[in-house]
Order: sequence, then structure tokens, then C-alpha cells
Amino acid sequence: MLTLKDIHKSYQMGHNSLHVLKGINLEIKEGELVSIMGSSGSGKSTLLNILGILDNYDSGSYTLNGTLIKDLSETKAAVYRNKLIGFIFQSFNLISFKNAMENVALPLYYQNVGRIKRNRMAMEYLEKVGLAAWAEHRPNELSGGQKQRVAIARALISQPKLILADEPTGALDSQTSLEVMEVLKDINRSGITVVIVTHEHDIAAMTNRIIRLRDGHIEANEIVSRPSNS
Amino acid sequence: MFDIDKWQEIFATIAKNKLRTFLTAFSVAWGIFMLVILLGAGNGLKYGVSNMFKDDAINSIWISGGMTSIPYKGLQPGRQVQFTNEDFDMVKSQIEGIDHISARFNIRSGITVNYKNEYGSFSVRCVHPDYKYLEKTIIKEGRFVNDLDISEYRKVVAIGVRVRDALFAHEPAMGKYINLNGISFKVVGIFEDEGSEGETEMLYIPISTAQRTFNGANNINQIMVTVGDADLEESMKIANNIREKLAKRNNFSLDDPKAAYVRNSIEQFQNIMGVIGGIQAFIWVIGIGTILAGVVGVGNIMMIVVKERTKEIGIRKAIGATPWSILSLIIQESVFITSMAGYLGLILGVGLLSLVASFVPADTPMFSNPEINLVVAFEAMILLVVAGTAAGMVPAVKAARIRPIEALRDE
Repeated sequence: MLTLKDIHKSYQMGHNSLHVLKGINLEIKEGELVSIMGSSGSGKSTLLNILGILDNYDSGSYTLNGTLIKDLSETKAAVYRNKLIGFIFQSFNLISFKNAMENVALPLYYQNVGRIKRNRMAMEYLEKVGLAAWAEHRPNELSGGQKQRVAIARALISQPKLILADEPTGALDSQTSLEVMEVLKDINRSGITVVIVTHEHDIAAMTNRIIRLRDGHIEANEIVSRPSNS
Repeated sequence: MFDIDKWQEIFATIAKNKLRTFLTAFSVAWGIFMLVILLGAGNGLKYGVSNMFKDDAINSIWISGGMTSIPYKGLQPGRQVQFTNEDFDMVKSQIEGIDHISARFNIRSGITVNYKNEYGSFSVRCVHPDYKYLEKTIIKEGRFVNDLDISEYRKVVAIGVRVRDALFAHEPAMGKYINLNGISFKVVGIFEDEGSEGETEMLYIPISTAQRTFNGANNINQIMVTVGDADLEESMKIANNIREKLAKRNNFSLDDPKAAYVRNSIEQFQNIMGVIGGIQAFIWVIGIGTILAGVVGVGNIMMIVVKERTKEIGIRKAIGATPWSILSLIIQESVFITSMAGYLGLILGVGLLSLVASFVPADTPMFSNPEINLVVAFEAMILLVVAGTAAGMVPAVKAARIRPIEALRDE
């Protein structure tokens, strides 16, 4: 599904250069449910941004779904993001003046899908996350869990190959977190690759593989054994 | 352009930021409004002044004798320069480029005009037939003074409509005899004048008759010519030629500014039009300044729009918005606001101008028809929209360049 080879990334902070990723080698296969863990400053957000084609990298190579993702134009990057990747953010990142259905439908707008079809599909996906009744509500009328489910529906609507979740449960209570994780596991079971960045161990424990980052290196890459569950 | 979603988004942002939108729209509308008002007033001034020149032919040169102020060929200064019929004949036969020519003789004593018991005090001008071209006299009935009148010293008179109204309240005037200082003249024509109403309180009689009847010998007081479609330079040259000839015949120095007065109406007209052109240019400068302020306002607001919407732009980009779609969204909003506001300003400005125009009396000196060329107004509006777009372009391009990751961090 995706392959990272010796990825380096530094940020320019004034005159100093901050070397964030120091040679990341990683392969994630189709249909995997992977979590990336690490303390703050370990480079996990940077890695996620590179995976999501939200940010460039300095050297190495990143292949996504058979395509080399390197030095893309903004327009090309946008198209890949739109077609291949669904994003879920800690702070939901819904557009405040649009209702739930419009938020979910937005990725299809950028695929030039007609309005009626777009909204119908948005309703289908809202139904999948159990929020059909809230379609007409604005984000500020929804609870945190509901917002995140709207965000998930939005991530899914373009039928991406890869879901990238940045601390998806970071702003939620534990009960809601579990619900959201169940939704993500359902998505994974339907064959979509899911990568979750988290610092919560119990969330990471629900995934099949944990990648631990430390100071820009992959420190550990462990398969979660779940004897009770298998 | 006809993308409903885009419009919905534009209206959503406008509704969310009413005050900001209002301020932007106001600065644009105000710019156009002021421009329209200023240009309209400028045009009003121009038309008004042009109307003042309607009275006389604008291509005319008027020369009258004065008093010498410098010695010449042993002659003392302070000598009266008196033109005569010979001067007139000389100018007529020797100067090239003259279209129409007339002389004028002023009767020294006051003139009382009466018809039976109706008396009036009017000006009498003693002229050649061509004078009607110089004064742009419009014959309503009968005719003006003609060449036969001149050569046969006929006692005929052409009267203005106000003279007719004063003397002939109850009967037709044509063919009647009126008295000028007790000498009877036959009414052969009635005329109007495009200029002021005072011009129709005149009587015209043949200059030859007047010289003979009112002790004029062969004196004339003024020579006036029209110069066809000569431009300023040509007409100045003609005026100088005439002055040279007259100086030679009447023995005054060409350097003497007071010996003969030359009034070149083209020169005057062009001077005044030059001043008005200057005023109009000034108006444009102010107008463009106002519009520029509007443009800066729009640019400023769009900058804030982009700043405020950074996060939203980041979200959009993360889910697949191309830079172009972001750019066009911002620009469309800016174009929409500026064109709507510009149009509103245009309507208000034109409305106010027509209101003013309806209150300004038709013959107000120096001011008439404060209208604005709608083409110019629309051009100004389009200019504003384009400039507003350009001003919105800077922040829009900035917005399109925003890396989604930075935008999403922007809390």
C-alpha cells in the first residue's frame, strides 16, 4: 500500500534547522490497521503529514498505491489527497458554517460530483455512522463524538485507499473514544488501510501493529498479539 | 461562475461577516459614487461654458480701435485709432482665410425706438449682412440685412423677438415702419438668438445707412471676421495679419498693445476649455484617488478574509481542494462584492445627478446638464472591479499557497 524509504525532513526555524525525521523506513500493506506512537517531538505528526501528502520531505522516497509521491505540484497533491486519502483530525476540522451533510459532501464537490448525487451519498455515509438524523445540524450543534463521526463520514465518502487519523480520540472521553475506534475498525475490516497517530496506549493496543517513533527514528515496530481475540 | 455551492459559500461568508462586507461595499460604492458626482459636475461645468459660447461663432476674431500708447513714426501717443470703411474693404479683399466679415458702427447718442405709442430702449447694431454668422442669429421671419440694403442705403431693420413682443403686441411686425430717434425704418426681419435673451433685444440696421443717417462719416468701430474651421494657430495668424494691415494703414506700432484690441474667440474658447480640461483632469485625479482608496479597502478586507479563513482553507485543501478552487472562491467573492457595491454607487450617483439636473434651471450660467457618460461610469466601475480583484488577488494567491498543514495548525 505504502512504502517509505529513508525519509528525511527538517524544518527551518530561523537560522537553525530542526531535523525531525532522520531516515524513516516503513512499509504498510493494504488492509492493515497501524498505529504510530511517540511522545511529542518524536516526529509522528510530521510523518503523518508526509503520509497524507500535506507536507513535503527532503530526501528519500514515498510510494503510495504504486505512485511515487515526490515534489508534487499543489494541484496534483490535492487530487491525490482527494482520491486516495481520507483524513480524520483531533480537532475534527469541520467547516463551521456548513451543516453535517454539506461537510460530508465536500470532498465530492472537489471531484465535481453533482450536488444532488453528492448530498445523497453524504446522507448514506451519515447513516453509516448513525447520524442521519443530524444531517441538517451545524458542527456547533453536535457533540464531540458526533463531530468526529461526521469527520469520519467525510473521510470515507471519497472511498479512499487510506485513512489517516491524527489523534482521532484526543478530544473525546473514553466511552466515545471506544465508539470511534469501533467505527475505525469497521472501516479497516471493509479493506481500507487505516493509520492512526496516537499517544494513548489503549488506543494503540486496539490496532494490529504499533510503530514507535523516537527522535525521528523508528524505535520499534511491533505486531500486536491478541491471543484472547484471535 | 454559476456554481451554486460557490455562491452558497460566498453568501455564507458574507452573512457571517456583515459589518466587514458592508464596510468593503461602502468604500467601493462611495468611490464610484464620488467619481460619478465629480465627473457629472465637471461635465455640467463644461456644457454650461460651452453654452455660453453658443451666443457667438466660436471661430471669430473681433478687432476694435483703441488709443495709441507708444510713439510711432513721429506721432505722439494718445492718438485715437479710428477704423474706416477703407480698413474694412482692405481686410475683406487682402486677408486670406476669412469666411465671413462684417464691420460694426456704434451710434454715439442713445437710441429711442418707437412704433406708434409703444416706446422701448433697445440696442441698435449697425452691421454688414455677414454679421448674422458672427452672432449666430437665427432668422424667424423675413430676412437679415443684405447687400442691397448696404449699397442702396436702405432704411430697413431686423428686430429681435423681444423687440417685436414689446412694440408689436397686437399686430404683425413685418413690413411696418418703426422709428429710431424719429427716423423711420422698415421691419424686414425678425430673429432669435441661441445665446442669452438679451441678444433678442437688439435691432440690426445696415451699416451704410447708419453712417449716413447718424453722422458716422465712413467710421467704423469694429471689424469682425469668422475664420471657417481654422485651428487656433491659423486663426492667430489671421488675426496677426489683420492687425499688421491695420497698423500700417492707421500708423500705429505693432508693439502697441492698446492701439487695437483683438479678441480671438477661438483663443478664448480654447483658454477656457483648457481651464475646464484642467478642472476635469483634477476631478479625474480625485476620482481615481477615491477609487484607489476603495481598491485598497477591498484588498485589505480580502486580506483579513484570507487570514480568518486560513483554517477553513487548510481543511478544504486537506480534503482535496486545488489551489485554483481556493483562488477562484476568494476572487469570486471579491468580484461579487465590488461589482454589486460599484453598481449601487453608480445608480446612487447617477440618481443624484439627475435629481440635481432637474432642479438646476436650464439657463444657469456656467452649469447645465450635469450628466455623466454612462460608458465612462461603467468603465470606472469595471476598473474598480478589476482593481478590486487585483487587490483581492494578492491575499487569494497567498491563500492558495497555504500549505494545509500550516493552516490546520492555525487555531
